[in-house]
Amino acid sequence: MLDDFMTRAALAGIGTALAAAPLGCFVVWRRMAYFGDATAHAAILGVALSLAFSLPVFAGALVVALVMATLVALMSGRGYAMDTLLGVLAHSALAFGLVAVSFLQTVRIDVMAYLFGDILSVSRGDLGVIWGGAAIVVALVAWRWSALLTATLNPDLARAAGIDPKREELVLTLALALVVAVAIKVVGVLLITAMLIIPAAAVRPFSRTPEAMGLSATVLAMAASFGGLRLSYQFDTPTGPTIVCVVAICFGISSVAAGLTRHGRARS
Amino acid sequence: MTDPLVEIQGLTVRYGSAVALESVDFAIDRGEIVTIVGPNGSGKSTLIRAILGGVGLAKGRVRKAPGLRIGYVPQRLALDPTLPMTVRRFLGLPRRVAPATARQALDRAGVPGLGERQMAALSGGQFQRILLARALLEEPDLLILDEAAAGLDQPGSAAFYARIEDVRAETGCAVLMVSHDLHVVMSASDRVVCLNGHVCCAGTPDVVAETPDYRALFGEGTHGTMALYRHHHDHRHAHGNEHLHHEEPAE
Repeated sequence: MLDDFMTRAALAGIGTALAAAPLGCFVVWRRMAYFGDATAHAAILGVALSLAFSLPVFAGALVVALVMATLVALMSGRGYAMDTLLGVLAHSALAFGLVAVSFLQTVRIDVMAYLFGDILSVSRGDLGVIWGGAAIVVALVAWRWSALLTATLNPDLARAAGIDPKREELVLTLALALVVAVAIKVVGVLLITAMLIIPAAAVRPFSRTPEAMGLSATVLAMAASFGGLRLSYQFDTPTGPTIVCVVAICFGISSVAAGLTRHGRARS
Repeated sequence: MTDPLVEIQGLTVRYGSAVALESVDFAIDRGEIVTIVGPNGSGKSTLIRAILGGVGLAKGRVRKAPGLRIGYVPQRLALDPTLPMTVRRFLGLPRRVAPATARQALDRAGVPGLGERQMAALSGGQFQRILLARALLEEPDLLILDEAAAGLDQPGSAAFYARIEDVRAETGCAVLMVSHDLHVVMSASDRVVCLNGHVCCAGTPDVVAETPDYRALFGEGTHGTMALYRHHHDHRHAHGNEHLHHEEPAE
């Protein structure tokens, strides 16, 4: 079954969606979109380094994403506004990564594959890494769910209940770096944030509890990966961006529907 | 005499070069109601955060009774609009509670049947009651209220204070309340501590009878839940923090 590249691609997409969507809810609730960007963009530097030293791309991306996330956490609250700091770090990381890749004359690599993903070339080994990483992220988020939620609501409230908000932040950082490393092959570094945020944002108007939002975002992201893959096959479009287009369209429909319901309720 | 629930000795907290608290000694015993008053920026919230463990201590120490359970009602809870949250779910944070327990908590808080309502759709008074109900579900030894009645009108805060008194009577938990109102405090306070970077003075509130003067000051319907606190500072301020209120002459 895994011999078919379409099957492998579908499984890779679903695995990525499974890891990204619930974590994406926290990224939305805590307003960490730019943080996701910085971590993801740094991963391209990790890709360049792993290729230069003949290391697995996954490991290199993971390590550099982690370093970046830690750097941001350390530098926050030191005189720069958070969005300025993240804007600087996200784009510098991308620029340095691209320059580093250009030095790799011995290895001919297709940068586009890492920027926008190359889901159709996912191997059995990649699939193992993606599902392994996704399993860790899902387990981590499920295990810390209540503590993460309390710390997101109010750090002092968490402290009073014996939860260390700093530790929960670390859990999120680690999970985010893992998602980046997992998703790099599927949607590429430039579109990872989209897979984190758009499903969560699309289901927000129809969710009553955090759990409902996490679950429906996951279902939507999985369906969109599958649908995007089919569409890209049919229309011969790049798969990663097509998947993101599908979630984005879902977001558009959801926003219009939410607006109409509100309007209807106001009139009745 | 058992050990205090929280004991603070010689506490100094700095934010960068600014001193938020300097050489503060403070303790609260089991079952006691203590109100901390002080102007804005006097370090009240910093003191609370020091007890919760959220600030670095430059000097001194904070000792908590082993296994101390704290119920915390924050000054305000900024709920991000992207985060959906029903009252029922909020009550179960961080530890899930049984449906019957949650229903009972809402009944006791005087807001029955609100379980399925979104937190964002609550009125200010309802929101405060839910915050208190959640804190009580933790079965605290110490209930910390950070300006919990700040957004409420006078009958609203009177009702809130009455509820706190009931809670203390029912559960025997200690209550630490913070208020920026320097003169009007909860009458059930066993002690009032005036803070302005350091402890300025401490004492008991004057429980004022239902005299016409008192009514003129507080209006009707507070049912004796509020009292006056007379400050008796015997020093002038060294670090330029002028008191906003009238200071009695040194004796």
